[in-house]
Amino acid sequence: MIKFFLMVNKQGQTRLSKYYEHVDINKRTLLETEVIKSCLSRSNEQCSFIEYKDFKLIYRQYAALFIVVGVNDTENEMAIYEFIHNFVEVLDEYFSRVVS
Amino acid sequence: MVAPSLKLQDLIEEIRGAKTQAQEREVIQKECAHIRASFRDGDPVHRHRQLAKLLYVHMLGYPAHFGQMECLKLIASSRFTDKRVGYLGAMLLLDERHDAHLLITNSIKNDLSQGIQPVQGLALCTLSTMGSAEMCRDLAPEVEKLLLQPSPYVRKKAILTAVHMIRKVPELSSVFLPPCVHLLHERHHGILLGTITLITELCERSPAALRHFRKVVPQLVQILRTLVTTGYSTEHSISGVSDPFLQVQILRLLRILGRNHEESSETMNDLLAQVATNTDTSRNAGNAVLFETVLTIMDIRSAAGLRVLAVNILGRFLLNSDRNIRYVALTSLLRLVQSDHSAVQRHRPTVVDCLQETDASLSRRALELSLALVNSSNVRAMMQELQAFLESCPPDLRADCASGILLAAERFAPTKRWHIDTILHVLTTAGTHVRDDAVANLTQLIGGAQELHAYSVRRLYNALAEDISQQPLVQVAAWCIGEYGDLLLEGNCEEIEPLQVDEEEVLALLEKVLQSHMSLPATRGYALTALMKLSTRLQGDNNRIRQVVSIYRSCLDVELQQRAVEYDTLFRKYDHMRAAILEKMPLVERDGPQADEEAKESKAAAQLSEAAPAPTEPQASQLLDLLDLLDGASGDAQHPPPLDPSPGGALVYLLDLPCAPPPPAPIPDLKVFEREGVQLNLSFIRPPENPALLLITATATNSSEGDVTDFICQAAVPKSLQLQLQAPSGNTVPARGGLPITQLFRILNPNKAPLRLKLRLTYNHFHQSVQEIFEVNNLPVESWQ
Repeated sequence: MIKFFLMVNKQGQTRLSKYYEHVDINKRTLLETEVIKSCLSRSNEQCSFIEYKDFKLIYRQYAALFIVVGVNDTENEMAIYEFIHNFVEVLDEYFSRVVS
Repeated sequence: MVAPSLKLQDLIEEIRGAKTQAQEREVIQKECAHIRASFRDGDPVHRHRQLAKLLYVHMLGYPAHFGQMECLKLIASSRFTDKRVGYLGAMLLLDERHDAHLLITNSIKNDLSQGIQPVQGLALCTLSTMGSAEMCRDLAPEVEKLLLQPSPYVRKKAILTAVHMIRKVPELSSVFLPPCVHLLHERHHGILLGTITLITELCERSPAALRHFRKVVPQLVQILRTLVTTGYSTEHSISGVSDPFLQVQILRLLRILGRNHEESSETMNDLLAQVATNTDTSRNAGNAVLFETVLTIMDIRSAAGLRVLAVNILGRFLLNSDRNIRYVALTSLLRLVQSDHSAVQRHRPTVVDCLQETDASLSRRALELSLALVNSSNVRAMMQELQAFLESCPPDLRADCASGILLAAERFAPTKRWHIDTILHVLTTAGTHVRDDAVANLTQLIGGAQELHAYSVRRLYNALAEDISQQPLVQVAAWCIGEYGDLLLEGNCEEIEPLQVDEEEVLALLEKVLQSHMSLPATRGYALTALMKLSTRLQGDNNRIRQVVSIYRSCLDVELQQRAVEYDTLFRKYDHMRAAILEKMPLVERDGPQADEEAKESKAAAQLSEAAPAPTEPQASQLLDLLDLLDGASGDAQHPPPLDPSPGGALVYLLDLPCAPPPPAPIPDLKVFEREGVQLNLSFIRPPENPALLLITATATNSSEGDVTDFICQAAVPKSLQLQLQAPSGNTVPARGGLPITQLFRILNPNKAPLRLKLRLTYNHFHQSVQEIFEVNNLPVESWQ
């Protein structure tokens, strides 16, 4: 099950956040900073799946934007990876220049 | 008059224009004040715009609870733009922990029954995001009606709302179960996807539903087959794979239905093989489907050929250049290694290659998998790889790698020498990361391998000479040098090159360890004891050692001070015992119980207090045990000290312990009968060569004035013992302490049963015939144990 969906830029500013389970508002900022820190510290050669506390983070980078999805254990990571790309394509279809 | 409010876009631009966090906060606070004022004034025209801005600010992490009531007002309005923002606000700001959320139930109910699709869609979305248990119960009938509507737009949202309701209120499954089978016949992928998710939820929560849905397995198989075999369809294709998300969901449902169920598993076998072979794996979408297929094959009762196919697919994944795929493959192989060990073994070389990965999560997985794959046939090769990895791996993996290597070495070591070499290598490379009992294990191992003493002490000496910073290594090396110092100095050992080691060098090295600030207190203790032991092993005079020991008598560390004082006393007062005390240690049992060590210690104390000359070897080494028990006071798990380490004076403590008799102790005599000056004594002998035998000598004495004549003594013992009476020496005991009669009883007690003895005496005394029958009480325990 997807726990949260984040779009964060390289400076660490949240552009979009949606939580599918209730998380307190002050815990959210903390979570977001930690998540983006672990994603930013990874290089290109490393894989896109990170283990963070009891979530799995699946992230994808598009130019200056990181899209991070937090899931629990039951999800197929590669399907989520594909899903992120599908999402970006849909956004691109409706609005243009989504990831500049 | 309210100033014209900013549009959302303008606000966003303003916020992004802020250069610092403080500036951003200022802009937002100003805007929030405007929004609050506008809400208070109740301006209906711009309310949705204000709320939209508030929602944006909320998403950035600022509090926005004052907008909750506005959401309700917007939802109740009839304009679509208002409703849209209102429902969005409800989803983000209202949650079931505040009672306000119940207020929208009525609005939702109205909107659901209105029949305007976008509005129905909005209401369903909101309900599925934040619907609480009460709301779900109230609105379940509405949602159920919408499941059967003609329009797919509303139906798919209704299905997803049903999924949420089932999660919140499992009892509603009875409401939503019947339509499911019907919905599976739909062609619309959105509806199908929703239905599959709904069925998955139902099956996960109730075994009855699971049984019910096993009927639809053939139908699911059919749907999946159509997906896989139909050609390109523009609407659903992602990189050439037709709707991978639906395929993955169906496979997941099949996994749940086929688990532990032979019949369903059989229906699926062909399909799974087909999916596995037909899917295009050049792009990620195909690999995602393939991965799900492999997971399903592993979980259901599949045919053996299918399982091998799954493992091979995973093996192929491992060779893929895409890291994500390798990660996923390693994780699944780790799960498989328990059940299909031999199949996974075939891919061992690839797994070992993955150890070289730069990515930390990949190398961790590869390490776990490699450790799981070690078995007795490949242990040497694997250990080499793992040791190479240990040298280059990142620090957070070192501890796991080291303990993994040590465990595997323990289980599968082909020879003792190899085992010792491996542990030595681990200690030199990653000494600080090993577990605490590695030291104890190694010393026990070396102690047990008699033929390797020379070899190990030489290697340890070399390692120590190079580097004294790795504590576990230093501790083991110090112990070995102390124990086997004479072998070190001998100079030849066939397994390594001959090394000429000088006595002075060895002593200098141990002193260096003692003085180094890198050494832990425990290590210092080991080094000091080693120095003491060397005083007996080395040929030269012991002045240097005595000097070092007396320096440490005033050391600040209490433990060291105590030892130094004891050793010094040993030099001065008990020099004659020093050689015996410091002899080589016997091999200690790994799980030696506490009681054994206490028995040894009490015997050792007996020796010390009696100051007996040159005590026999087993007792001396037990004392050495005792000294090493004191060593272990600071954290050596192998020798838990039964003594309380009291500062200064443990030697005195030893002297206070009671003396237990040494093993072949004589059993005390027993007086069993006395009458008018006639006495019968029993004395017991247990010959050491035959532990089941007990020899009792019965002695009859007479201290009275009259003679005892016709003395006959008969005895009886329990059935499990055997008794043999030998002829008495006579049957007359003269008066006033005349020559006593002795008679020997031989009792065989192989089962060590408790001894009971009944005696019958008949004799004449003072012209009276006396007959006595009695049981002997207080038989000493040593007579039969």
